[in-house]
Amino acid sequence: MSVVSPSIVEHTDRGPLGRDEMARVLAGDIPPGAYVNLGIGQPTTVADHLPPESGVILHTENGMLGMGPAATGGAIDPDLINAGKFPVTELPGASYFHHADSFAMMRGGHLDLCVLGAYQVSASGDLANWHTGEPDAIPAVGGAMDLAVGAKQVFVMMSLFTRTGEPKLVKECTYPLTALRCVDRIYTDVATFEITGNQVVVRETWGISFSELCSRVDVPLEVGERHVH
Amino acid sequence: MTLLCTSADEAVSGIADGSTVLVGGFGTAGMPFDLIDALIRQGARNLTVVSNNAGNADTGLAALLAAGQVSKIVCSFPRQTDSWVFDELYRGGKIELEVAPQGNLAERMRAAGAGIGGFYTRTGVGTLLAEGKETREIDGRTYVLELPIAADVALISAHTADTLGNLVYRKTARNFAPVMATAAATTVVQVRHVVEPGALDPEAVVTPGIYVDRIVRVPS
Repeated sequence: MSVVSPSIVEHTDRGPLGRDEMARVLAGDIPPGAYVNLGIGQPTTVADHLPPESGVILHTENGMLGMGPAATGGAIDPDLINAGKFPVTELPGASYFHHADSFAMMRGGHLDLCVLGAYQVSASGDLANWHTGEPDAIPAVGGAMDLAVGAKQVFVMMSLFTRTGEPKLVKECTYPLTALRCVDRIYTDVATFEITGNQVVVRETWGISFSELCSRVDVPLEVGERHVH
Repeated sequence: MTLLCTSADEAVSGIADGSTVLVGGFGTAGMPFDLIDALIRQGARNLTVVSNNAGNADTGLAALLAAGQVSKIVCSFPRQTDSWVFDELYRGGKIELEVAPQGNLAERMRAAGAGIGGFYTRTGVGTLLAEGKETREIDGRTYVLELPIAADVALISAHTADTLGNLVYRKTARNFAPVMATAAATTVVQVRHVVEPGALDPEAVVTPGIYVDRIVRVPS
């Protein structure tokens, strides 16, 4: 016989996660052996928390599988860069391919997971991460739209609130969309969320309680359930 | 028939005003700097350039933009920390920009090179970049129609060519080059090394010489 018990961990005895801690939490949820693309910027730091024994193989959309850590000193090679255009290294078993192949890999559903930054995510998993929509902004999309529709799972990594305190998890995105209903999980400094169908489930919080979180985000939040034997 | 040129100037000769030019490279990796410098000297104007970025710092594609030779750019990621040349032209209304998702950019050139009249993709569905484009339901999912990008000229770089135009690349400098080589009426390649036929492992050739029209060796 089993009973249903709420499945949430609230860390109210500490502050929000730092950037490095966010990357570590997210890295811990990447399945061993997965093929993963880490987006430009903060998502790139997830790689620092993937131990070699995880067997995770990193894809970079400019044409490489088996990307290694950042290159330094004499290992810097202008022909070997990541999607953010920083010098990187290659691991044993790496492969190179051209852009159409690289994006076929993404669009064809062969990547297990991608991690992207975001301006906003909606309660139904819509993603806005490429354009602020401001009149003088220069739009730049890169591979974000391809990744968002192509990867089997999309994890977003972002701070939950803007500098002025507005939540980035919203009912409907007000920024121009990158893709519809594509986000599976959101990793933030104060909570992790799972978007399951029409529900937003909170899995864990840091420096904030579930009830306080509910009062600061204009989206209905749920607590997951688990069966305890 | 692949022509081995003695200079970058010879390699870019004949590029007409108003041409569509594919420019290889992802950032500066794989960018054909010597061919671009030659195109600046050659002076063709009113060009439409297709490239992943809109130039970095003041050299390469950025220098071509600064020379006022480009009226339109098609790219996926123009805005970068060092894209000041493009940024100023764009904000001054002096260059037209078409932003394309990176995968669409690559696939649209692949389609042109493969004689495919367009393709339906899920990339961009429901976004600004699909506005006004035909959509279609296939197996219960919405796709958007994207059309090929064919060009007059491709300017790319490779690591080694043989004199028949077979190419091999090096690491992530390969990026768009193999796709661009297929999508242009004339493909011009700058390489670090030129070898005789038979010196490249046929199993390792990435771009077969049929796609390559002109080669020039440049010092690395």
